[in-house]
Amino acid sequence: MKKSVFFGALAATTMVAGLAGATTLDDVKARGELICGSNTGLTGFGAPDASGNWTGFDVDLCRAIAAAVLGDAKKVKFVPTTGETRFTALQSGEVDLLVRNSTWTFSRDTELALDFVAVNYYDGQGFMVRKDLGVSSAKELDGATVCIQTGTTTELNLADFFKQNNITYQPVTVADDSEGQRQYLAGACDAYTTDASGLAASRATLPDAENHVILPEIISKEPLGPVVRHGDNNWGDVVRWTYYALLIAEEKGITSANIEEVLASTTDEEVKRLLGASGDMGVKIGLDNAAFKNAIAAVGNYGEIFARNIGEGTSINLARGLNALWTQGGLQYAPPLR
Amino acid sequence: MDQHFARTEMLPPMTPPITERGAVKWLRENLFSTPFNIALTLFGIAVIYLLVRASLPWWLNSVWNASSLSECRQIVEAAAGTGATGACWAMIREWWGAFIFGFYPPDQWWRPILAFGFLMAALAPVLFSGQTRNLTIVLVVVAVFLALTLWLAGTPGIAFGLAALVVIGMLALAQVQPGKLIWFTLIYPALCFWLLWGGSVWSPIVAMAGFGVLYVVFRQASPFIGLAPAAGAGVLAAVLWWLYLDKALVDVLHGVVPLALQSINSDQFGGFLLAIVIGITGISFSLPIGILLALGRQSDMLIVKTLSVGFIEFIRGVPLITLLFTASLLLQYFLPPGTNFDIILRVIILVTFFAAAYLAEVIRGGLAALPRGQYEAADALGLDYWRAQRLIILPQALKISIPSIVSTFIGLFKDTTLVAFVGLMDPLKGVTQIVRADINWKGIYWEPYIFVGTIFFLICFGMSRYSMYLEKKLKTDHR
Repeated sequence: MKKSVFFGALAATTMVAGLAGATTLDDVKARGELICGSNTGLTGFGAPDASGNWTGFDVDLCRAIAAAVLGDAKKVKFVPTTGETRFTALQSGEVDLLVRNSTWTFSRDTELALDFVAVNYYDGQGFMVRKDLGVSSAKELDGATVCIQTGTTTELNLADFFKQNNITYQPVTVADDSEGQRQYLAGACDAYTTDASGLAASRATLPDAENHVILPEIISKEPLGPVVRHGDNNWGDVVRWTYYALLIAEEKGITSANIEEVLASTTDEEVKRLLGASGDMGVKIGLDNAAFKNAIAAVGNYGEIFARNIGEGTSINLARGLNALWTQGGLQYAPPLR
Repeated sequence: MDQHFARTEMLPPMTPPITERGAVKWLRENLFSTPFNIALTLFGIAVIYLLVRASLPWWLNSVWNASSLSECRQIVEAAAGTGATGACWAMIREWWGAFIFGFYPPDQWWRPILAFGFLMAALAPVLFSGQTRNLTIVLVVVAVFLALTLWLAGTPGIAFGLAALVVIGMLALAQVQPGKLIWFTLIYPALCFWLLWGGSVWSPIVAMAGFGVLYVVFRQASPFIGLAPAAGAGVLAAVLWWLYLDKALVDVLHGVVPLALQSINSDQFGGFLLAIVIGITGISFSLPIGILLALGRQSDMLIVKTLSVGFIEFIRGVPLITLLFTASLLLQYFLPPGTNFDIILRVIILVTFFAAAYLAEVIRGGLAALPRGQYEAADALGLDYWRAQRLIILPQALKISIPSIVSTFIGLFKDTTLVAFVGLMDPLKGVTQIVRADINWKGIYWEPYIFVGTIFFLICFGMSRYSMYLEKKLKTDHR
């Protein structure tokens, strides 16, 4: 999911200092609408339905931020950005933030002058093969033809992986996921490789899903998360802590359904601070004290968002895995809210 | 014994031998005339057979009613046995609205439909100027189309009535003074803008009034200060009007008569609505700009010539994608922060420039093809530059260039799909990608392409046929 960084670099180098006069938070409040850079359509993560309502895992984070900042989860405008335009769109101020399954990497964080404020999904690159190929590990793929999306770093990861394991492969480059799925189904390649979440979604929609397996190896780290412009730290804090509020809510068992009940009965000081019943956490970052409560009430906690869009039971059927809370063996960990 | 035999009645003519008539003759002459032709024919038949054999079951097994791709597959397997494949057109049933209108609110669909119907009505006076018969045919077709589609789209009664009034009025005018219909064409851009984007009815009217200001200032000033300075003064007055008076006047008028349509955001435009808006606007504005650029390139005035050449060569030397990225990303850097310059408008402007540069070269080809005598004849008649161009040079040059001009238009219309790369919802990639992101339809491949391709083909084929008609109509030589 990493396309050329050229346009981003171009944007970063031509960025005029002091471009945004006011802070992003003030702009959003004045506008009364959050402009969220999103995907042009990725199953489960962000896409409009037939009547134009956006849904998805990334989309819900945008809605949570809108609920926190503006008090209304509906006040979001989703701007579809492609792999080429996403970072420049953020730099040029077309969008307030980017929640678009973008991988956090060194060069994007530094050279492109972006800030990745959190990781809302830990992904990694995997392989899907036909069962009758009789392969149980990616290391057995010596000499295989592999369908790979061109121009992404999955291509580089693939080259690294095969080189390290001293085996060879033949790439069949495809332009996008639909073409990859098509080529793989038509037998043009033995294995299809892309991010594991994408593989799961692809496998779920194959006509004979039971004849295909996703191999256990994950060959790269793809931490995906919301991105903001470098230098507007307050806005970064707003996005980061809205996300952490959703995590803390899951940790404390607060859901969109029971939030009022919890607020009335809780004795937990952190929960009180989270929901704005004590302290002034919201006010400290320029929001309302009920900001986090609004966010949780609007979209639910992190676990609810995951379960609704991509979790087990949906057609995509992803296990929590690395994205479970730290208390359940995952990596999702929010700093203390105090 | 001088007997003569004279036939009094003629024998009926014999039919030619079987090899010299009908289908057999045609086959022998066209398909099996030489061994090489026989081989080619057989090869062609084999290829066609293989293609049909591979794809026919897919077409025959088409499914029209299903709620997801997997349900489609089940239906196909149930009907044609396991392993059979079939087209799943059910996807179109569910998503056709997005393919045609993007996410334009369904209860407002009558607005783009009306704009499209009026577009045909507005184009007719240009395409068939002054021909009552053709105009009537087009207007009747428009009337039937609008009546049917507007009724299907659940148009509010008042809009339906007004639309009927406009079309009937145009039909009546076409019978008595077909030339006057051009006025509808002139006000159409403002009408179309208002119908599509909505907002106060006064904003397009006041904006159009700017052109009136330009004209009045030009007319009043030209006797005193000459044509060119008067034109400059007119443009200046119009710009001042748009910059300073426009908004205030709209607010005042809107306060008095608050007539407005629901505002529609540009990000709700998509599908063929977007392609046609960009395509038609680009086509209609690129032709005049292209003509001016072509004339500018031939001009003797150094600055005009240099500017024209520079513009044409720069735009032609840069890929359209680059211009689109400029429109979508870089322009934002150069504009003051907080400016909200509509993305569709930005894209339309750069697409228009792109097409204009190509058209300028096409028209320059037409100008170069004219014999020098035509220019000299115009001069000999004592015509000034603009009259000579308008009456003698351009009509001939444009006629020569018709096929290339229409090719450029078709190319421009198809190029509108490239806007997908700047995140707009074009029908081919933008909408298709959204359809595929729906877990119900993920994995669908050919059907959206075939659907969109068919519509593109129909539109482009229509343009191509019109260009042939025009060539035939304007043919004056005796080749």
